[in-house]
Amino acid sequence: MMRVDVGYPRHVVRIGSATLPLRRRSLVVGALLLAAIVVLAVVSLGLGTYSLTPGQVVRALAGQGGALDRTVVLEWRLPRTLAAVLLGAVLAVAGALFQTVTRNPLASPDVLGLANGAFTGMLLAVVAGAASWSLLTVGAVAGGVVAAAAIWLLAHRNGISGFRLIIVGIGVSALLSSVNTWLLLQMELETAMFASAWGAGSLNGVGAAAVRGAALCSLPLLAALAVLVPRLRQLDLGDDVAAASGARPEAVRRTALIVAVALVSIATAVIGPVAFVALAAPQIARRLARTPYLSLGLSALTGAALLLVSDVIAQHVLPVALPVGVVTVSVGGVYLVMMIVREIRRRA
Amino acid sequence: MPDPDRRTVLSADGITLSYDRADIVTGLSVEIPDGSFTVIVGPNACGKSTLLRGLSRLLTPSAGRIVLDGREITSYPAKEVARRLGLLPQTAIAPEGITVADLVARGRYPHQNLLRQWSGADEQAVREALDATGTTGLAPRLVDELSGGQRQRVWVAMVLAQQTGLLLLDEPTTYLDIAHQVELMELFRTLNREGRTIVAVLHDLNHAARYASHIIAMRDGRILAEGPPGEVVTADRVEEVFGLPNVVIPDPVTGGPLVVPLGAPTRREAQR
Repeated sequence: MMRVDVGYPRHVVRIGSATLPLRRRSLVVGALLLAAIVVLAVVSLGLGTYSLTPGQVVRALAGQGGALDRTVVLEWRLPRTLAAVLLGAVLAVAGALFQTVTRNPLASPDVLGLANGAFTGMLLAVVAGAASWSLLTVGAVAGGVVAAAAIWLLAHRNGISGFRLIIVGIGVSALLSSVNTWLLLQMELETAMFASAWGAGSLNGVGAAAVRGAALCSLPLLAALAVLVPRLRQLDLGDDVAAASGARPEAVRRTALIVAVALVSIATAVIGPVAFVALAAPQIARRLARTPYLSLGLSALTGAALLLVSDVIAQHVLPVALPVGVVTVSVGGVYLVMMIVREIRRRA
Repeated sequence: MPDPDRRTVLSADGITLSYDRADIVTGLSVEIPDGSFTVIVGPNACGKSTLLRGLSRLLTPSAGRIVLDGREITSYPAKEVARRLGLLPQTAIAPEGITVADLVARGRYPHQNLLRQWSGADEQAVREALDATGTTGLAPRLVDELSGGQRQRVWVAMVLAQQTGLLLLDEPTTYLDIAHQVELMELFRTLNREGRTIVAVLHDLNHAARYASHIIAMRDGRILAEGPPGEVVTADRVEEVFGLPNVVIPDPVTGGPLVVPLGAPTRREAQR
């Protein structure tokens, strides 16, 4: 039987009676990203005041080598590296969901006001006298979720439209931003500086327990998204086509947004509102693999690589150690300007 | 191919359809003749597209019911409806960078599940849909690069890949030049003769008169007339529906009715 020419190399993967068509280019890009993540992880585990060669890192990971090497790699540095990989992926998937559902590449937790909402929640917790890390985290997650709910309710009119969601999100975001400034001005200098650093997003002080908790919460959500993906592909064709082909657009959109907010909350709880990964990673992945949609898997890999590389730059490349959020904003900012310039050239 | 033994019947029973609490269609009943090429005509904002959305379950009636294959349409799972009834809406979006074959393959969604996302039946249905619409040669091309007429044929192919006995088309020829309009109408006639029931909303009365086997004329959310073109397309009827003075002459090509307007009337009907 002659195969229909789909216009690009493709493999249909068969496992038993299960079948899944995969683009060759996506497979290659995915493999390269995975390799990049492994290399970056090994490098980042070796960097620091006590520096290790890649060989030493690999031996320590395998449970061999000196006791100090193992302590440094497994106990001091591994949680931070795993957090960068896991939460980079989590943020990127959340961004891909926001952008797919709104059909707008600008939709992300930063633009939609979730990041500012989380920061507001955290600041309110500080003002209320919360001192422990876990209370600040609860404040941040609550702030993000309340902001998301407020945006949802304000944007809801006969269902959720992507454009309205973004406009309302930008408005709420601006409002919360000024509230945050005001809250910071009310604080003691030292508290305000600590809070500002948290607000930029940072991997400093991420422990093994936090990473384990984040993995337990996020991995089931990520796995469950496999069910949603075919429905999202129908949604890409417009609400009417999606509905007419048997996918229910309202339900799909609602589910995707709830999962995205949950994923952002998990990431915020551990590393604060790290900007731009959710915005840029899905678009970078799409350009690398040239897919006509935002692939959740490739977005996850790109997000992991992006946050990992940003953290290496933040910690080791620059003369001063910066919060990783500052680097992702810079990297993402450069990327965003490039994207807009390209878009303008294309339309001119 | 649709199963010839299965009688696909679609009807509305006293339905009321509304947007934003404004009733567009009130207490309307209609039956789509099995195997027909039914065309719905009427002035702008007469509720013809709304009726099509109601018939395809995109819009839930606030009163009355839609019956598909002997059962109320809301009693089917969503994918089951999509295996019986295909719709080409006006709002279809082609994702940037998608190839024709990929777009047509999206029509296979109601036949797939989580574990089986591509089967031999999918492959065959896509090939047949491309073949039926004359777009096999376009399969590897990007949809962005196609002309309007080619693009519309690709969308029809996507709906055909759904392999439904019923095809609902919302203004499928709007924005196309006359040659491409005729080409599409001929395609729909062929699909109809192969056994599919077709329901299309059209603006062009003469296309309706020439290709339809059954015409439904609407105005202000109600059906004013329905029947074969020879009965519905008369000068009086056309003036009643569109408020347009006209003469109807025999079409020199088909011998059917041909509407010729009598110049600009004072149009009182609501503009959209």
